[in-house]
Amino acid sequence: MKKSDITQHVLVPNHTKLSEQKKADVLKKYNISVYQLPQILKSDPAIARLNPKPGDVIKIVRKSQTAGKHVFYRVVVSA
Amino acid sequence: MTEDIAPENYVYKQVRSIQFNILSPKMIKKMASAKIVTPELYDKEGYPVDGGLMDVRLGVIDPGLKCKTCGSKLKECVGHFGYISLARPIIHVNFVKTILDLLRCTCRECSRILLPQDALDRYNEEIQFSVRETGSEGSRKKIKELVKKARGQGKCPHCKSGQYKVNIEKPTTFLENEKRISPIEIRTRLEKITDEDASLLGLNPEAARPEWMVLTVLPIPPVTMRPSITLETGERSEDDLTHKLGDIVRINQRLFENINAGAPEIIIEDLWDLLQYHITTFFDNSLAQLPPARHRSGEPLKTLTERIKSKEGRIRHNLTGKRTNFSARTVISPDPMLKINEVGVPSVIAEKLTVPERVTGWNIEYLKGFVKNGPKKYPGANYIIRPDGKKKKLTEETIEQSLEELQPGYIVERHLMDGDIAIFNRQPSLHRVSMMCHRIVVLPYKTLRLNPAVCHPYNADFDGDEMNLHIPQTEEARTEAEMLMMVQTQLTSPRYGLSIIGCTQDAISGNYLLTKDMIFSRSEAGDLLTSIGVMDFSKLGNKETLTGKEIFSVLLPDDFNFVGRSRACRKCETCLKEKCKNDAYVLIRKGRLISGVMDKANLGEGQGLMLRNLHKKYGEDFAVDMLGRLFKLGVEVLMKRGFTISISDLDITEEARLEVEQLIADAEGRVNELIDEYRKGELEALPGRSLRETLEVRIMEVLNRTRGDAGKVISKHTDKATNLTVMIQSGARGSSINQAQMTGCVGQQALRGKRIEKGYSKRTLSCFIKGNLNPEAHGFIRSTFKGGLKPHEFFFQSMVGRDSLMDTALRTPKSGYLYRRLANSLQDLKVEYDGTVRDAGRRIIQFKYGEDGVDVSKSEGGAVNVERIIANKS
Repeated sequence: MKKSDITQHVLVPNHTKLSEQKKADVLKKYNISVYQLPQILKSDPAIARLNPKPGDVIKIVRKSQTAGKHVFYRVVVSA
Repeated sequence: MTEDIAPENYVYKQVRSIQFNILSPKMIKKMASAKIVTPELYDKEGYPVDGGLMDVRLGVIDPGLKCKTCGSKLKECVGHFGYISLARPIIHVNFVKTILDLLRCTCRECSRILLPQDALDRYNEEIQFSVRETGSEGSRKKIKELVKKARGQGKCPHCKSGQYKVNIEKPTTFLENEKRISPIEIRTRLEKITDEDASLLGLNPEAARPEWMVLTVLPIPPVTMRPSITLETGERSEDDLTHKLGDIVRINQRLFENINAGAPEIIIEDLWDLLQYHITTFFDNSLAQLPPARHRSGEPLKTLTERIKSKEGRIRHNLTGKRTNFSARTVISPDPMLKINEVGVPSVIAEKLTVPERVTGWNIEYLKGFVKNGPKKYPGANYIIRPDGKKKKLTEETIEQSLEELQPGYIVERHLMDGDIAIFNRQPSLHRVSMMCHRIVVLPYKTLRLNPAVCHPYNADFDGDEMNLHIPQTEEARTEAEMLMMVQTQLTSPRYGLSIIGCTQDAISGNYLLTKDMIFSRSEAGDLLTSIGVMDFSKLGNKETLTGKEIFSVLLPDDFNFVGRSRACRKCETCLKEKCKNDAYVLIRKGRLISGVMDKANLGEGQGLMLRNLHKKYGEDFAVDMLGRLFKLGVEVLMKRGFTISISDLDITEEARLEVEQLIADAEGRVNELIDEYRKGELEALPGRSLRETLEVRIMEVLNRTRGDAGKVISKHTDKATNLTVMIQSGARGSSINQAQMTGCVGQQALRGKRIEKGYSKRTLSCFIKGNLNPEAHGFIRSTFKGGLKPHEFFFQSMVGRDSLMDTALRTPKSGYLYRRLANSLQDLKVEYDGTVRDAGRRIIQFKYGEDGVDVSKSEGGAVNVERIIANKS
């Protein structure tokens, strides 16, 4: 069977890795340290192709029934 | 002590971690302030014996005495530990499991772990690694693995000595090769375990050396945690712990004496076992394998573990569960004449609960009035408090004196009066509207009274429910309660943005009847409005006959406009608006109800869009008043008109009866056809089902449809004027299914989603032929509740009734616990000013509240009405 790319699935929202600059902006915007962000496992299949390292911040853009688009951030942690 | 330190000198520290250690013998001796040597408690004069269990160095429990150790008085001295030296080592019950593991995986000669050195090194590395990566959780798993590997080795890889199997005979006896190992032997083996090996086994040698699990000295808890009580007879009754400790000390002394006297080994062994028993039960008296130590009365002693554990234990009873003063609890009953934000308080309670009021130059005469009345005459006062904080109880004798003494600076605790603030609560307090602030109205009789409109938020009814009342005691608390918790601030639900408080029951059917087609003479209308407290009749004009709609309109503000639908709305493709046949198009223009009937969709709780609009436009205070008036109007209309249902409401026309019978006959015919097809093998199986299952599914389909159809026929033919239909159509009570079951056909009884199949082999009841698949043999009830059920029908109905009763009884606590866990997990979450949702640790849970940042309680049913915002702007 052909292995499919799960990130292309309709139910998987779009994950992107933030640059260091953008990451700093996000942390500044919410006035927080990375520990206060929600987490995502390094081994999470949805970010497997982004080559994540612990400490990276992932931006997730979800479709939302009420708001249309909703932006979420998660910090990568190892298992 | 704390009040001596100025706030700027406070030391603020954050607790990063807590480490739990095992007390070492050295530590026990170091923290002890007395060595206990004798089981006697008091001497002949009744003074505590030195070196006894009530030694004065262990703390004070008598008022007036000073502590020998720290010099402070009762309540200031927290108590001090003592210790006793045990004649022989004793196993600590709570460490038995760990000791067993340690004995099993270490050598009986050299006490090394029974694994070769390289394996130990490897494990050491792995454990270090998993501590770094996952914390103690992962390392615990690794240690378990190591213990499992090491046990059951036949030979020690270090000293080559042979090993035996170690077993345990509960609770505290260890066996090796079927022979008992004495605690002395156990202790020496544990002592020999090296620090490195201990830490490999998960024991930090600085905090918990293995041998500390076998006691050689026992700490004696301070007397302050086991105070004795003096009975009325002057006799002293000691605490359970003291009793137990007395046993321990006595046996320990006996053991010492016997050892010193060189008594035979058997006697020493027996005493030793007895000491072990006493110390074990001192820690835990509810072990399965040990008979619990008892009082002379036969009641088991409550020792250390029992004090902490379970619902009656320290944690759940005293620390988590707290009790409060200034509160009351009784049965509740309804009173629609109260305002919605009022609560009726029985006079008995009003004379017990008090509100503190500070005496000033301006209110002294007013407050003297209360003091003059004293505690027995309402409205009076129960206490006065002097400026130095001394509380004085008012009695018949002290009234005179207190009156003279009263001056500014004093506080009078006066009885509850109308208009005071109280917090009203019904358990389970699942959401914020389970506790709301009401204004007190003092009433006769002995129940707490509330307006039936607030039953819904409290989830209360009057079948014996009790509710609690709390009286805030400070200005700050009262203001906070009033601003944040008053009933009118809770009108809309933050869950779905609609009214939680609305009209119910009679209020709905009353308003429905009124706005439907009632006509009044001018004097009747005046009567009606007066009885709900409306005196301004200018809106009635000078007509002589008035419709219910016009009377209803009197309550509405003149600039109120609203468009909505009633429940009768059929959602026709082209709406006829005002000319709607069902009068379902609600139109209010300039405060006049032009068309449409008022029913649950407009007035009810959890829907009530009209209420929501009134609330939004005119504010919460107006909304509660309005709701109160609407409620009274509905009730008053019913009082004037009369409202009851009777058996004749269930009469149906001959025509309807025949039609229903035909429906049932058709359904039965169809089912028989299906059964025939099945028997002949012509039935086609549904995907994933057997033939038999397919048949059942098809039959269920047909029969379920039948009741629905019967319901439709019934509601088409019934007399629209009966009070039963009024209740159903207004949404006040009852559903058309209820009606159909009473008048048309009760329908199929389903047990776990299937027809009834239980009972005898191949049949449900012995009055049917085996293998009968007909509807009536499997729980189809063609009778009506009014006409009465046949015996087999009654039986089927009872089966399903019992099943659903059991189901609810079992499900309620389960779902309640589930909800509690959910609520607890979300309890500290809050929306910050930047719109994020964060927990107590400031961690972000949502970046924008609910993804869209909408405050539902300020929306209409969860949606933001953009049109209105635009309309209001221009």
